[in-house]
Amino acid sequence: MMLIPCPWCGPRDESEFHYGGQAGVAYPAEPDALSDSEWAKYLFFRENPKGPFRERWSHSAGCRRWFSLVRDTVTNEVLR
Amino acid sequence: MSQPFRTASGGLVDRGRALAFLFDGREYEGHPGDTLASALLANGVHRVSSGIRTGRPRGIFAAGVEEPNALVQIEEPFPEPMLTATTVELYDGLVARGLRGQGRLAADPDPGRYDGMYAHCDVLVIGAGPAGLAAAMVAASSGARVVVVDDQIRAGGSLLGTGEHLVWVDRVTAELEAAPEVRLLTRTTAFGYYDDNYVVAVQRRPGLPEHRARERVWRIRARRVVLATGAHERSLAFAGNDRPGVMLAGAARTYVNRYGVLPGRRAVVLTGNDSAHDAARDLAAAGVEIAAVADLRDGWAITGVAGTERVEAVTLRAPDGIERRLEADLLLVSGGWNPVGALYSQAGGRLVFDPGLAAFRPDGNCRQALEVAGAAAGSYKLGVCLAEGAAAGKRAAEAAGLVAGEIVLPAVTEPEVTPPLAVWTLPGGDPATAFVDLQRDVTVADLTRATGTGMRSAEHVKRYTTAGTAHDQGKTSGALTSGVIAELLGVEVGALGVTTFRPPFTPVSFAALAGRNRGMRFDPVRVTALHAWHEANGALFENVGQWRRPWYYPREGEDMAAAVLRECWAAREGVAMMDASTLGKIDVRGPDAAVFLDRLYTNMISTLAPGAIRYGVMCRPDGMVFDDGTVIRLAEDRFLVTTTTGNAAAVLDWMEEWLQTEWPELRVHCTSVTEQWATVALVGPDSRRVLATLAPALDVSREGFPFMTWRDTEVAGLEARVCRISFSGELAYEINVSWWDAVTLWEALLAAGAPLGITPYGTETMHVLRAEKGYPIIGQDTDGTVTPHDLGLSWAVSRKKADFLGRRSFSRTDTARPDRKQLVGLLPDAGTLLPEGSHLLTGPDETAALGHVTSSYHSAALGRTFALALVRGGRGLIGQTLWATLDDGVTPVAVTGSVLYDPEGTRRDG
Amino acid sequence: MAERNSPLGGATDRLAAVAAATGGAVTVAEVPFLTQIGVRALPSTSTAVDVNVLQLGPDEWLIVGPPGLSAASADSSAVDVSAQRTTVAMGGSRVLDLLAMGCAIDLHPRVFRVGDCAQTTMAHAPVIIWRRETGFWILVRASFAAHLADWIVDAAQEFTAGD
Repeated sequence: MMLIPCPWCGPRDESEFHYGGQAGVAYPAEPDALSDSEWAKYLFFRENPKGPFRERWSHSAGCRRWFSLVRDTVTNEVLR
Repeated sequence: MSQPFRTASGGLVDRGRALAFLFDGREYEGHPGDTLASALLANGVHRVSSGIRTGRPRGIFAAGVEEPNALVQIEEPFPEPMLTATTVELYDGLVARGLRGQGRLAADPDPGRYDGMYAHCDVLVIGAGPAGLAAAMVAASSGARVVVVDDQIRAGGSLLGTGEHLVWVDRVTAELEAAPEVRLLTRTTAFGYYDDNYVVAVQRRPGLPEHRARERVWRIRARRVVLATGAHERSLAFAGNDRPGVMLAGAARTYVNRYGVLPGRRAVVLTGNDSAHDAARDLAAAGVEIAAVADLRDGWAITGVAGTERVEAVTLRAPDGIERRLEADLLLVSGGWNPVGALYSQAGGRLVFDPGLAAFRPDGNCRQALEVAGAAAGSYKLGVCLAEGAAAGKRAAEAAGLVAGEIVLPAVTEPEVTPPLAVWTLPGGDPATAFVDLQRDVTVADLTRATGTGMRSAEHVKRYTTAGTAHDQGKTSGALTSGVIAELLGVEVGALGVTTFRPPFTPVSFAALAGRNRGMRFDPVRVTALHAWHEANGALFENVGQWRRPWYYPREGEDMAAAVLRECWAAREGVAMMDASTLGKIDVRGPDAAVFLDRLYTNMISTLAPGAIRYGVMCRPDGMVFDDGTVIRLAEDRFLVTTTTGNAAAVLDWMEEWLQTEWPELRVHCTSVTEQWATVALVGPDSRRVLATLAPALDVSREGFPFMTWRDTEVAGLEARVCRISFSGELAYEINVSWWDAVTLWEALLAAGAPLGITPYGTETMHVLRAEKGYPIIGQDTDGTVTPHDLGLSWAVSRKKADFLGRRSFSRTDTARPDRKQLVGLLPDAGTLLPEGSHLLTGPDETAALGHVTSSYHSAALGRTFALALVRGGRGLIGQTLWATLDDGVTPVAVTGSVLYDPEGTRRDG
Repeated sequence: MAERNSPLGGATDRLAAVAAATGGAVTVAEVPFLTQIGVRALPSTSTAVDVNVLQLGPDEWLIVGPPGLSAASADSSAVDVSAQRTTVAMGGSRVLDLLAMGCAIDLHPRVFRVGDCAQTTMAHAPVIIWRRETGFWILVRASFAAHLADWIVDAAQEFTAGD
């Protein structure tokens, strides 16, 4: 049971959170300007590194705020 | 004579009380403080079970959780399979029998209560031996919040087995128990070590009344952890090392000192380290004749073990080469001591081989906030254990920002230590009787076969031979297995390593893990304000997510089909009402609320006038339908959005996600008001008359209150919001009042509608009514691969908006292809009710499915059965015949449009 | 005015029985019909007596006051959520132990002080836990209230007096 640092509520059990996947995948400013394969890349392709990974979480059972953190996917350590 | 092997005095059992128990059908006696194992030994019983594969007799081998042999099945008071006799606390009336490998689960539900508890502390000390007690005392002296867990019935750890410093143990125990911020949990085994110092432990709580939990799972979050889990002795691999009467030397010492039990009359000791000499000394002092102490370091060897049911004699070869056969009923072995590293390994730490210790020990470099003290760290001198524990406790207190006081540790005189021998296999004899894992019956011969096939990794050999996979998880066999494999491969054991430890450290019952989360408490049951009424009026219920919703209300003598037909008929021809309070409701407000909803919904929301309502569809960016519902515009900057019952939380999360992460510039706030409002759907051609009776101030006329508008008014004297929306195609209203007023509204509607035969209906009727109109249920008729176009909802997809979630995906090749699965209606042959999930084939002998049935009902209005289905290119197949699979064959179905009832919409306005 | 029904109105006696069964080690009672107003900006006017503001997030507050206050008295961002949740008041010498059976956050007085509140889960239901001078108030969504009440009554068996 990871302890995830919510910026507003402090550290809480991971069961209070929803996972949001890779951080920094912005909704394309002009979807129509993208080819099908570029759009598919936005929809379906995400990094899956072994090691530090910047990802999104939502404190869904608490303040419902979204935030990003860097987690080591090998050790589950929250790095920042 | 009762308990012939009990010593005359000594030990920590209560000799003043006798406990009667039954083992393998025979009556015995023991004392409070005994385990089943110590009580059996007191009665001269060694053989407890048989080898799971070989069937060879097996006896009590250890004195604690590391026991590989003495598996028992508890029969009374309640069946529990596969416990070890060394961990079962003796109680009066215990009935048990020995087990060969596998136990038997109880056929009846366990009447016992189990629960769970969360705990938080500055310092968690695991193990209340000398190191753990010292750590706990020092940490407690700082005022830190301390939890101490220990699996034994009393604190003391190894001191209970050696009988040393018990006065100090008692004093420390009393002080810890009296300290306000300390929780000392005995009979509690820490079995799982998870991320961020989350440790799970199970506490046995014998002797409590039935309404209290007999076992409790503790979920402990610790700022720091001190692992003081001690060490387990390991065996040696030699032929005949599994005979009853072969016992770990330290265990024999524990039986003598702690339990006042002689494990035999005449013992041979075989060892490669100093500790077995101490055991021999204590046994001798208690009256066991020591036939020989064969120290492998001096060149002694063992060449034979005689006896099948029990050791009868041991043949030793002396350093001078002369073999001697010694009569003995006990063979004490010590292959060395393994620091108990299971929890350290679970915590993410690595175990390294220490040649000086001849054992694997924690590498001291775990990323979690823990430290290891005492024997668990490989420190076997008592003084060092105490000092390490005290230092760990001090550091843990400092880490919590507290200052530890000084404590007095017992003075210890340490004997000189001769380094242990790293020895694994003793040559000679049949390798097929030289066991490394007693519980899985894995021998040196098995390991030889494994390495002979080319296996080079301890993990591979483990999976091939099953060594270390049994109920003891290789506590006595893990390091020995690695040692033997290393010898066979001719590599350093340190380079080979040990296999990974995983939770649980000891077996835990499912009942304990479940705790009170069983039955109705498995998952919260959500109910509406009208639930008591539904229950009192005979509703049967359906689970929709966590909600319990009325399914239908059978009358005397009615089955489900009859009740649903009656309810449907009332809604189509008279007036009916349903509790629709479970619909998700979200208040969306702010200057940019309309812009926001335009981006979320496929259709245009911003053009909606205050006072009006629109049906809306939400897609994910991939274009697949995520949810649907109505959007009510309360004011320029205020909307009330409804969601499907099961999706309310997901939709609110979805809104927050986009607001917070993509569109923070939008001035919009979303608030769940699902339970603020109770909602009653009033449906049917007579609904207008019922509403008019109760809402005198409301113009209910067709023109005065048109479809898809709402009005705030009083209904039955209550503040209410009435919406002219319909999920059935009939004239209908949804009346919203405060949750507090739901019962009053419901009863007023019942009374006002009574002359018109108003009929409460449930979810099944709702489903039939909506399916007759081809309205899809998200999650039933869709599965995350369905676009609004697939559902025939192209009319709800805006062509004017610059963008909305999902729009770009509608032009993807895959999403735009014409042969996607589309929602259609199906009319089966006379009377056949298609099973939901039926596959749809192009011919009776075809096997490739074009799609499947998503909804299927009897229709009162149509006078027949019908179904909705997702069918590849379905709209192009309207008018054709497909074949639906049944349990025992296929049946023809006519494909139709999805709107089967009143396709012209003539009934909507009454 | 018609009779109003609070989510735990039917459980009053069962909740009251907990105090008797536990010899006061655990006390539990519904505090019904409180005014609760969700706001996204704090009202500038000073709050009246017995009105408290719980911070739920960086820009989200819940105003809790006696029954009958008007949401309009807050400000334009105010949403009346009085009926969304009901309130369960708990106290007694063992209340922390009982809460620890269902709530994973640390409620020790060194960590969770009088006046502190937290949104979390209790007995798997979403709740707001608020420590007051006299004990805890647990604000629970109305649909979960019966579940929580059943859970508390069941859990309180562990603290039966005289065991």
